[in-house]
Amino acid sequence: MTATALAPAPLTTRVPRGQVTRDTNALIWRCVRRSTRQVDSVFISVLLPVMLLLMFVYVFGGAIDSGGDYVDFVVPGIILLTAGYAAANTAVEVATDTTNGIMDRFRSMPIRATGVLTGHVVASMIRNAVSTALVIGVAFLVGFSPHASALEWLGALGMIALFVLALTWVGVAIGLVASGPEAASGFTFVILFVPYLSSAFVPIDTMPSVLSTIAEYNPITPVTDTVRGLLLGMPVGSAAWQAIVWLGAIFVVARVASGVLFRRAA
Amino acid sequence: MTAPVVVARGLRKAYGDVTVLDGVDLDVGRGEVLALLGPNGAGKTTTVRILSTLLKPDGGTAHVAGADVLRDPGRVRAAISLTGQYAAVDELLTGEENLRLMARLAHLPSREIRTRSADLLELFDLTDAARRVVKTYSGGMRRRLDLAVSLLSRPQVVFLDEPTTGLDPRSRNDLWDVIRDVVAGGATVLLTTQYLEEADQLADRISVIDHGRMIAEGTASDLKRSVGSAHVEVVLRSGAAEQLPTDGSVPDVRRILADIERRGVDVESWQVRSPTLDDVFLTLTGRPADASDALVGASTSRES
Repeated sequence: MTATALAPAPLTTRVPRGQVTRDTNALIWRCVRRSTRQVDSVFISVLLPVMLLLMFVYVFGGAIDSGGDYVDFVVPGIILLTAGYAAANTAVEVATDTTNGIMDRFRSMPIRATGVLTGHVVASMIRNAVSTALVIGVAFLVGFSPHASALEWLGALGMIALFVLALTWVGVAIGLVASGPEAASGFTFVILFVPYLSSAFVPIDTMPSVLSTIAEYNPITPVTDTVRGLLLGMPVGSAAWQAIVWLGAIFVVARVASGVLFRRAA
Repeated sequence: MTAPVVVARGLRKAYGDVTVLDGVDLDVGRGEVLALLGPNGAGKTTTVRILSTLLKPDGGTAHVAGADVLRDPGRVRAAISLTGQYAAVDELLTGEENLRLMARLAHLPSREIRTRSADLLELFDLTDAARRVVKTYSGGMRRRLDLAVSLLSRPQVVFLDEPTTGLDPRSRNDLWDVIRDVVAGGATVLLTTQYLEEADQLADRISVIDHGRMIAEGTASDLKRSVGSAHVEVVLRSGAAEQLPTDGSVPDVRRILADIERRGVDVESWQVRSPTLDDVFLTLTGRPADASDALVGASTSRES
């Protein structure tokens, strides 16, 4: 081994312009690459909602009166479930980084270390774009027939993206708090059950009064109602701004909490 | 000692009621290798985490490469690298991808990223495994990759926190060779270890830390002198044990064994034992590096 290859470099602290962006891009690349090496987990995050979709449409669907074609009613709920589940995986990814020491390495480097979190969030958005597209594809195969203009599609996809963004940051915060990847994965199950207490799968007015009250205040309800309204060409009403306020608030709180937790977790 | 590159004065750190560092002073000269030797829970990792800007001390000051770790962490980070107890590499990336990612984050010029990654893979004997995902690597390979990553930026100061803990003896020897090359390259190294032998092999100077305090400092031979040299340990069939000092040479051991034979005692087993960390501790503190330390260390290993 030659000594020159290991000789220390002269000390410089000059940080070139655009370096923060380049660092963040490198960290995004890392997380996307990680996702491509875990195709199985992306696959499961699609498989599970697809199975639920088939079950709801063919098993329970006949027994649920949604005031129209049940497949049209349930698809928005299934899309949000997919998005939520995949976003929750971010918690596992972040917890893995904090427990195996690589987060310490990033922190001890001359970079803005929060770029690590940005990398995970961007990768989650990309994973979700893939899984959402797949689920919508399957939905069409089982008879989903939306009546949405291009603009309404755009609105619905925008709402889904905002939902994924907010939930992903919640996932980041959970991942930073969790004692390890296993604990963090518990979060994905919570996310899987929250939609059941909303308008995602059954109309709220069919629930017992206690549950319907909970469902009414479940933020997933206005989000589902907005996406459903837009896709089926029905009036959305106040659901849209309620959804935006809810998701905006969740995003801000989770984002700030993640920042604090990241700095604190030394 | 030349002008110190790492200077710590009176570092203190406590978690609740538990005092981890109780006034640690430290100097490492340019190009020097200092080993911080101590049992689990002694405060080794905490010291390294403070010096590498990952943790704020409750009290005291520290400078690394001329920069204050509290006031100017950015300059410190530009001058150091940290290799922790966990091989901090991405398991889902290949060895080559890990190096290139970290090279980009270390702000190497783009034309150097490929060449330097390839050079380090070669130097650390990882070229054949370069395209394999790290998950498939052995423990020793991971540590080598970890070290390679930390040397990408040609750091002035290299922190090695228990670099060989958990490795088999062969991987340990390989890693020691690599660390010697790093030292030969002129870097300043602060190494923490639980093994006297490791400190002996690698360090110019050894500081012994216990319960967050420095309790001894000197060269390996200084410390060994203080605990006595190797000894022949004899266990008799009666259950009694005897320890006879030796310099470890063949004639000396033969003399001692001949002596035992002459006495006609019934020997169950015997062995030549080198001084261990336990011996150092026994001598320095009057008590062994006891099991309770090890337990505390195991449950809070990231804080140790």
